[in-house]
Amino acid sequence: MLRYFYLLRGTPARWMPIFVWVAIDIVLWGFITKFLNSVAASRLNFVPALLGAVLLFDFFIRVMHGVAGVFLEDVWSRNFLNLFASPLTIPQYLLGLVVTSTVTSLLGLMVMLVLATALFGLSFFVYGLTLVPFLLILFLFGVSLGICTSAMVLRLGPSAEWLVWPVPAVISPFAGVFYPISILPHWMQFIGKLLPVSYVFEGLRKIISGGAVPATSLILGGGLAVMYVLLACWFFKRIFRHAVRTGILARYSAESLS
Amino acid sequence: MTNQSGKNVLSIKDLRKAYGDKIAVDRISFDVSRGEIVGLLGPNGAGKTTTISMILGVLKPDSGSIHVEGIDLADCRAQALGRTNFAAVYAPLPGNLTVRQNLRVFGLLYGVRRLSDRINALISQFDLEKFRNVKCGVLSSGEQTRVALAKAMLNQPRLLLLDEPTASLDPVAAREIRSRIRHFAVSGDGGVLWTTHNMVEVQDVCDRVLFLSHGRIMLEGNPKTLPVEHGQPTLEELFIAVAREPLTLEPT
Repeated sequence: MLRYFYLLRGTPARWMPIFVWVAIDIVLWGFITKFLNSVAASRLNFVPALLGAVLLFDFFIRVMHGVAGVFLEDVWSRNFLNLFASPLTIPQYLLGLVVTSTVTSLLGLMVMLVLATALFGLSFFVYGLTLVPFLLILFLFGVSLGICTSAMVLRLGPSAEWLVWPVPAVISPFAGVFYPISILPHWMQFIGKLLPVSYVFEGLRKIISGGAVPATSLILGGGLAVMYVLLACWFFKRIFRHAVRTGILARYSAESLS
Repeated sequence: MTNQSGKNVLSIKDLRKAYGDKIAVDRISFDVSRGEIVGLLGPNGAGKTTTISMILGVLKPDSGSIHVEGIDLADCRAQALGRTNFAAVYAPLPGNLTVRQNLRVFGLLYGVRRLSDRINALISQFDLEKFRNVKCGVLSSGEQTRVALAKAMLNQPRLLLLDEPTASLDPVAAREIRSRIRHFAVSGDGGVLWTTHNMVEVQDVCDRVLFLSHGRIMLEGNPKTLPVEHGQPTLEELFIAVAREPLTLEPT
């Protein structure tokens, strides 16, 4: 975490993904929702429905990219040998990735909340206390995907970095960020139900339409998220053991390890 | 279990590593004592870096044991590695951090106490004062080697592993580095395992050498007397003989 703090302090451009991109997203979607509010015949207020969804999905993306991004700093600086020849353990390393991502994604969340509230009147009181489990589910799933994609890069080599960035975009059609998953084909609905984030956005829409979020949905979403975190940690540890067995760590400067 | 009063900082027993059908290290055994500098020599592909990687815990042996001050690396990895450190030309410190920042990060990883004092002492010892707040990526290779060595000394290791530390240095810089490493071995409780291709360096610095070829230790002894013992005029000629005709020599 200290190392990432030094990097942020020394390179202003690194603040862009934490603040600037999320701010642009909120501003863009904020004006889209305002436009939709002005032209839509329905009484639906698009601000909490759409802008709120964008904000929450952006938070999930920041968490996921935050974890993977810190790992990739070690890939880019060819630092694995120095790190893993030290007394550092894998749980300590993963915890460092998660803590660093937590701090940066919370900073981004604050920026988004301030902009969404100040510029577009989005009030998070609309969601009530349910916002807390929503954020927790998104956080845990983001962490699990960040760790999992980091493991993939460790296994496949530095060129696999490009598998990391598109993951949220690949997930978004199945996650029901902007629409209920019931409108998807059955096979997509099946995948959607396996994603913890879909329970968050389904719950979000229920609250906006005046309903209550079933506790079972939150429990299911939260349970899936916890399970994926544990699976991701197990996967990373397995990949790391493979890397130590085969010598990948010592040869990591190669573009591809195949 | 530790062996603080024992004389060996490193004990390797029957270490073996194969990559598929290729045997990279073939049941080698050796020790490094306190205050000793042991040179690990051999042609490219002999198994030197594989051996170093196994001692560093980043490569798992197929069989055999590694003990650092009596601590089994396989069972107590963090404890063993806490007593070890290394510097290698292929493992530079992150170039986007300054010298001071890098030493602080690695000092925390190794659990170094009174870290600020230790960093200041190392920066002074390795003449890095004017580079304290300079990013490591813009330093020359000699300066980067000094930083890597400073990092390697952070935790006052019992075992210092050096994989060709002077490979990219001019003769003046290389001599300076050798002098610092000799000082480390002589003045502390540590031992050094050093791989190099520079025979002058070996004779200058090493108390004992191990010749590795095809994953086996072919010869072991004092670099000043070993050539004569095997009918070669110089260490370099002996190296070439070992590299070319290892079958003519009995492995130790």
